[in-house]
Amino acid sequence: MNSELDATPAASLAVATQAELQTPAPTERRRLRVQKTYKMFAGGQFIRSESGRYFQVTDVSGATTGEAENIPLASRKDGRDAVKIAHGAWAGWSGKTAYNRGQILYRLGEVMEARAAELAHDLHRSLGLSGDLARAEVEASIDRVLSFAGWSDKFQALLCSSNPVAGPHFNFSVPEPMGVVATLAPRRPSLLGLVSAILPALVAGNTCVVLASEEDPRTALSFCECVATSDVPAGVLNVLTGKASEVAPHLARHQEVAALDLWTEDDALARQLEELAVGTVKRVRRRTPSTIDFSSSSLESLATIERFVEMKTVWHPVGV
Amino acid sequence: MSMTHDPPKAAVPALDFGAAWTYAPAPEATDHVKIKPRHELFIDGSWQAPRSGRYFDSISPSSEAKLTEVAEASEADVDAAVSAARRAYEQVWSRMKPLERGKYIYRIARRIQEKARELAVAESLDGGKPIKESRDVDIPLAAAHFFYYAGWADKLDHAFPGSNPRPLGVAGQVIPWNFPLLMAAWKIAPALACGNTVVLKPAETTPLTALMLAEIFREVDLPPGVVNIITGAGATGAALVRHPGVDKVAFTGSTAVGKQIQKSLAGSRKKLTLELGGKAANIVFADAPIDQAIEGIIGGIFFNQGHVCCAGSRLLVEESVHDLVVRKLKDRMATLRLGDPLDKNTDVGAINSRMQLEKIRELVAAGEQEGAERFSAPCPLPPRGFWFPPTIFTNVSLSHRIAREEIFGPVLSILTFRTPEEALEKANNTFYGLSAGIWTDKGAKLFWMANRLRAGVVWGNTYNKFDPTSPFGGYKESGFGREGGKAGLLPYLEVNG
Repeated sequence: MNSELDATPAASLAVATQAELQTPAPTERRRLRVQKTYKMFAGGQFIRSESGRYFQVTDVSGATTGEAENIPLASRKDGRDAVKIAHGAWAGWSGKTAYNRGQILYRLGEVMEARAAELAHDLHRSLGLSGDLARAEVEASIDRVLSFAGWSDKFQALLCSSNPVAGPHFNFSVPEPMGVVATLAPRRPSLLGLVSAILPALVAGNTCVVLASEEDPRTALSFCECVATSDVPAGVLNVLTGKASEVAPHLARHQEVAALDLWTEDDALARQLEELAVGTVKRVRRRTPSTIDFSSSSLESLATIERFVEMKTVWHPVGV
Repeated sequence: MSMTHDPPKAAVPALDFGAAWTYAPAPEATDHVKIKPRHELFIDGSWQAPRSGRYFDSISPSSEAKLTEVAEASEADVDAAVSAARRAYEQVWSRMKPLERGKYIYRIARRIQEKARELAVAESLDGGKPIKESRDVDIPLAAAHFFYYAGWADKLDHAFPGSNPRPLGVAGQVIPWNFPLLMAAWKIAPALACGNTVVLKPAETTPLTALMLAEIFREVDLPPGVVNIITGAGATGAALVRHPGVDKVAFTGSTAVGKQIQKSLAGSRKKLTLELGGKAANIVFADAPIDQAIEGIIGGIFFNQGHVCCAGSRLLVEESVHDLVVRKLKDRMATLRLGDPLDKNTDVGAINSRMQLEKIRELVAAGEQEGAERFSAPCPLPPRGFWFPPTIFTNVSLSHRIAREEIFGPVLSILTFRTPEEALEKANNTFYGLSAGIWTDKGAKLFWMANRLRAGVVWGNTYNKFDPTSPFGGYKESGFGREGGKAGLLPYLEVNG
């Protein structure tokens, strides 16, 4: 996988349609499969990398013919474009009522349920998960989305406070979204990890630019098809594919990124990103996926959302 | 908005107070305050001579007279302090029943109240702030902060139910010179309540009250090593935050130093909270109660000589009342009394240090050069010490340095706006995001603005109010993490999820 990522564009260009050329003897029942062109997801659109580059992934499960598929290799400019889009979408998303955001995220769960078989198939062929394991991960992911949809209009009441200041003032603190969160999604689990990473930020009213699992970008992109058909406004979630080490540094130093959410084992990369984040005093959250039990309900806790809010305190005098 | 409310400038002459505001001196007595000629480091419950062997002077900025000399902690001293804090954490503090922990913190609060007078005098001597502020704001709030967090010590499970809150270990804390004792309280009280131990470094120009606080720790029998106070300058602070035995770093100070600290901690997995600079917009609508707003503007920028990270240093005035507001501000500025910080009538004290005075002068010169119009209060400045008169700039545009950079002095930049949208756009047009003020009689407009201002603290029809129950902290480059309230516990705890 990594060597393919490292392949130069020129080396990758030769890949064509061998599968079609080796078409077996025609029968009446056979038809040529329509292959999917995998594209990244930004601004509600499915897009290729502006760089024209791609890398390849192949099935590991033997479920299909094992042909290589091309995945966009995001560039620095793709990253910057995505941040601009996410920043533009933030006012609309954070300005929606919490009830509305909850319904939209619930709708995402509905669409995922309808497309569960496809998501499970992606996990199966990309990571070699058995059918049962793949289905279980998809189901856990859907349930996680549902859990966060329910948080939408509730976490505020648990995080906010009315503060009994010693004076004639009405004083309260409320959670507000941070802005654009740049997320390094876990390599594994590629779907449950992605969902666990982004839902806390999204439900709090942030918009996200995500670098999908390098190991399994296809499941992330299929997930984006769920997002695209579930009333999530364009630009709220943007998913890039490619090398984290190439794109993430540009996100880490971008002025309009408020927070970094790093789900990575790579200490050197995390350190580099934390250093770059200093330029604009970004909030940096770090997780080590290998130490996390992704089935744990603690990943649906209030604390996961609290990591992506700012507390605002408002004072006003009381008197006549 | 009707323009008719705005009287023509010439029709309303400036107020002439004559000699009505000449007050006899009313200095606070200092004879009950004994300042030791030399201060050592407070490590492991005792005063220890610095391994560095070096001391530096702490002077009074109002007289430039030497008050005392203070030990300069080296890396070896930092190491000793962190080791003491680690031992105290593992052997005593983290094992203590939470309610017992709370009782120690209550004792500290009570002792601060008992010693309020001498602490206030020391604070004004060492830092230059008016005694009425140290007496009525700094010291009472410091005591209140300890009292508030003392009560949290045994209630953390209620604050974060189901999250198994637990302490982090040793907290390394570095605080600024503008509210020396109060910042020490903001840092130490929640850290202790959550079960952590502390190494605190006060600012090099204002170490005195933190060292007096150390004496209080001895008096209340706080177990040795639970709080260690080490003095020094930037190098000492850097050694503290980088020390591998420190689990959590809390810093209040400039954005520039905050960034250095954040960078030095990259990859370390230490928890970090930063409370940094600000360039707050104080927004006055034409429908505001103008005379109240004038008091809020004056307090917002001249409180503590403007050495306040949340100072309302950018005044945004609705265009139709600009001239009226400026005239009233000038009238009010003419009544401000600048001088001896220990005089109970003093409104504006001394600038904290020569370095800070030079920084203020440099930015004010830049304001004049860039074409803004300066007005300084016509008050005489004492011959010795560091002073700067209350100053406002009109005709300021958003691109001027005095509208973008934190001056941290008694200098206000005035800009105008026509619509709430424009006010919002200008207010948020800054890398900072610590605080903001809104003055209007329209409740719906006030909350519309409050929701959209990207700032951690928003004062509506008031300014510069603080309370231990009220979370305080910034958005954007004003830092992250909160101090005060329930939210102020989180930076000192590990929680599940």
